[in-house]
Amino acid sequence: MPKKFVADFNVIQNTALNKTNFLIKIQTESKLPGILPGQFVNVEIKNSQEVFLRRPFSIFEVDYKLNTLAMIVKILGKGSEKLTNIRVGDTLSLVYPLGKHFTKPSASDKILLVGGGSGVAPMLFLAKESGLPKQQVDIILGARTQADHINVQHYSDFATLHYSSEDGSLGEKGFVTQHSVFTQNLKTYDKVYACGPDGMMKAVARQAKLAGVFCEVSLENLMACGFGVCLCCIEPTTKGNLCVCTDGPVFNINELKWQI
Amino acid sequence: MADLKVRLHDLEFKNPITLASGTCGFAREMAEFFDPALLGGFFLKGSTLKNRDGNEYPRMAETAAGMLNAVGLQNKGVDYFIENIYPEIKDYDTQLIMNVNGSTVEDYIELAEKVNELDKINAIELNISCPNVKEGGMAFGVTCPGAEMVTREVRKVYHKTLIVKLSPNVTDISEIAKAVERQGADAVSLVNTFLGMAIDAEKRVPKLSTITGGLSGPAIKPIALRMVWQVANAVKIPVVGIGGIMNATDAIEFMLAGASIVQVGTAIFKDPMIALKIVKGLDEYLDRHNIQSANNLIGSLQV
Ligand SMILES: Cc1cc2nc3c(=O)[nH]c(=O)nc-3n(C[C@H](O)[C@H](O)[C@H](O)COP(=O)(O)OP(=O)(O)OC[C@H]3O[C@@H](n4cnc5c(N)ncnc54)[C@H](O)[C@@H]3O)c2cc1C
Ligand SMILES: Cc1cc2nc3c(=O)[nH]c(=O)nc-3n(C[C@H](O)[C@H](O)[C@H](O)COP(=O)(O)O)c2cc1C
Ligand code: FES
Repeated sequence: MPKKFVADFNVIQNTALNKTNFLIKIQTESKLPGILPGQFVNVEIKNSQEVFLRRPFSIFEVDYKLNTLAMIVKILGKGSEKLTNIRVGDTLSLVYPLGKHFTKPSASDKILLVGGGSGVAPMLFLAKESGLPKQQVDIILGARTQADHINVQHYSDFATLHYSSEDGSLGEKGFVTQHSVFTQNLKTYDKVYACGPDGMMKAVARQAKLAGVFCEVSLENLMACGFGVCLCCIEPTTKGNLCVCTDGPVFNINELKWQI
Repeated sequence: MADLKVRLHDLEFKNPITLASGTCGFAREMAEFFDPALLGGFFLKGSTLKNRDGNEYPRMAETAAGMLNAVGLQNKGVDYFIENIYPEIKDYDTQLIMNVNGSTVEDYIELAEKVNELDKINAIELNISCPNVKEGGMAFGVTCPGAEMVTREVRKVYHKTLIVKLSPNVTDISEIAKAVERQGADAVSLVNTFLGMAIDAEKRVPKLSTITGGLSGPAIKPIALRMVWQVANAVKIPVVGIGGIMNATDAIEFMLAGASIVQVGTAIFKDPMIALKIVKGLDEYLDRHNIQSANNLIGSLQV
C-alpha cells in the first residue's frame, strides 16, 4: 500500500487573508490519509514559463469527512504569486503527505506556539490538533505591522492568542521574543514550537535553550523533490546532513547546528 | 499489448523504463508511491567507499526548464548500503543497479569487488562523470586515457554487467564511448549532467554553494538526444539514454536514436509517478504503430 500520493485536487476556496497571504482550500475524490501538524504538501505550479519545480506548503487544515485540505500561501516570488491566482474550480496537483510532524504534547503539557508570516499555518493546525484544553495552549503571532497579521480570531476557541508587531500597531511592540510571554513566562511552558522566518526561529530557539525548554522548529529549506531522493534540502545536524523533507521539516533545536 | 521486454547486454528488463541515479534514492523511497516491480529498473543513488557528507547548502537552483544540483555524492558508504539498505530492497522484482563512484582507481576497484558479491545486483553503473566532486569523478570521464584506465581496472574484478556512465562535458563523447568499449564495458549510459551556473543578481552571489553545478531536466534533452544518437552510431555495445526525459514521447525519441533502455531523472521530482505513465505511453505508442516488441524500436530512426 502506498504511503505517499500524487493526485489532482479541486480548488474550492481561494481567499485573500491580507495583502500577501491567501487561504487555499482544495478537495479530493479519494480518501485522505492521516495527516498531522508539521507535515506538508508539494504543489505543482502549472503553466509557468519560469517555475519548473513544485513548491512546498504546510498543511493548515484537514477535513477527513469532506476530504479537504487547506494551506496558507504567502506571496514570496513567482511560484507562490502564480498559485495565489488560482480560481475555484481549477485543479491543483499535490504530492502528499510529506515530512514528519511535531511531537504531540502530552495531556499535562502547557505549550507555546510561535508563528511568524505564513508560519502561522502549522501552528494553528497544531493548536487545534493538540487535544489540550485551551488554558494549556498559548499562541503568539508576530508580524511587522497590523496589516501583515492574519485574522485568526476563531482560534481563540483552542488557544489564548497573543500578538506582537514591530511597530506596535497590534499587540506588544517588538519581535515575538520581546513579548512578555517570552520575557516573563517562558519557563512555565513544557514545550515551545515555532515556525516562521529563519531569524525568528533562531531567536525563539535561543530563548528556549537559555530557559531549558523543549523546542521544535519547522524549517523551510529549498526543495527539489520533497520526498527524500534528491538530497538537495539538507540541514547540518548532530546526526550529519539530514533531509528537511523526510527527516524534518520539524527538528528539535538540540539536533541543529545553529549558532545560537 | 506489445512486448515491452528488452535486453541490455545479458540483463533482461521487463520494460525499458528505469530511474536515474540520484533521483530515485535507493528505490525504497519510490516504493512509498508505487510497486517497484512495475518498472524496468532502478539506478541507485551514487555510492562511494566511505561516508560522504556532500556539499554545503544550497545545493539546488531552479533554472528555465530544469535545475542545477551540487549534491556532491552524499551517501553513507557502500558498507552501510550492504548492511542496512540492500536487505530491504534486494527482493524487489526489478533490476537494481549500483552507481559507483571513486576518487582513485583503487576506490573504484574496491567498490566493484564489494558489489560483485551482491546476488541481487546484476550490474554496476560506473560513474566517471559526476561534475560535483572536486577529486576524481569527472576527471576520469573527460579524457580517453582516464576513462580507459578506470574501465580496464574495474573490468578485471567485476564479472557482471558493467555500464559506464559518460560525461557530456567533453569535446567528443563518441571517442570516450569507444575508449570504454575497447576496455570491456558492456554498455554505456549517457548523459550525466552538464556543468552550469546560476547567479542571484539581487544579492550578487552564486545560487549554489559550489558556484557551479550539474544541469538536468528538459533543458538538456536535445543535446542529450544528439549525444545518444552519435554514441549509438559509434559503438557496438548497447546504450542507455538519459537526459531530460519528461514523458513517453521523449523516451521513445531516445530509443529511436539508439537507446536500449532509458533513465528518467529530474522528471521524478515533478511527478513521482511519471515513470509509470511513460511505460503506459510507450505501450500505447507501440500498439498504435503496430510494433510488436519494444526491441524493434531501438535505433529504428529513419534517416
Ligand atoms: C516544509 C515547508 C513548508 C512551507 N510552508 C509554507 C506555508 O505554509 N506557506 C507559505 O507561504 N510558504 C511555505 N513555505 C515556503 C514556500 O515553499 C516558499 O515561499 C515558496 O516555495 C517560494 O516559491 P516562489 O516561487 O514564490 O519563490 P521564488 O520565486 O522561487 O523565490 C523568491 C525568492 O525567495 C527565495 N526563496 C524561495 N524559497 C526559499 C527558501 N525556501 N529558503 C530561502 N529562500 C527562498 C529565492 O531564492 C528568491 O530570492 C514552506 C516551505 C517548506 C520547505
Ligand atoms: C539531484 C541529482 C542527483 C544526482 N546524482 C547522481 C549520482 O549520484 N550519480 C550519477 O551517476 N548521476 C547523478 N545524477 C545525474 C542523473 O542520474 C542524470 O544523469 C541527469 O540528471 C540527467 O537526466 P535528467 O535530465 O532526466 O535528470 C543526479 C542528478 C540530479 C538532478
Ligand atoms: S527535497 Fe529532495 S531530498 Fe529533500
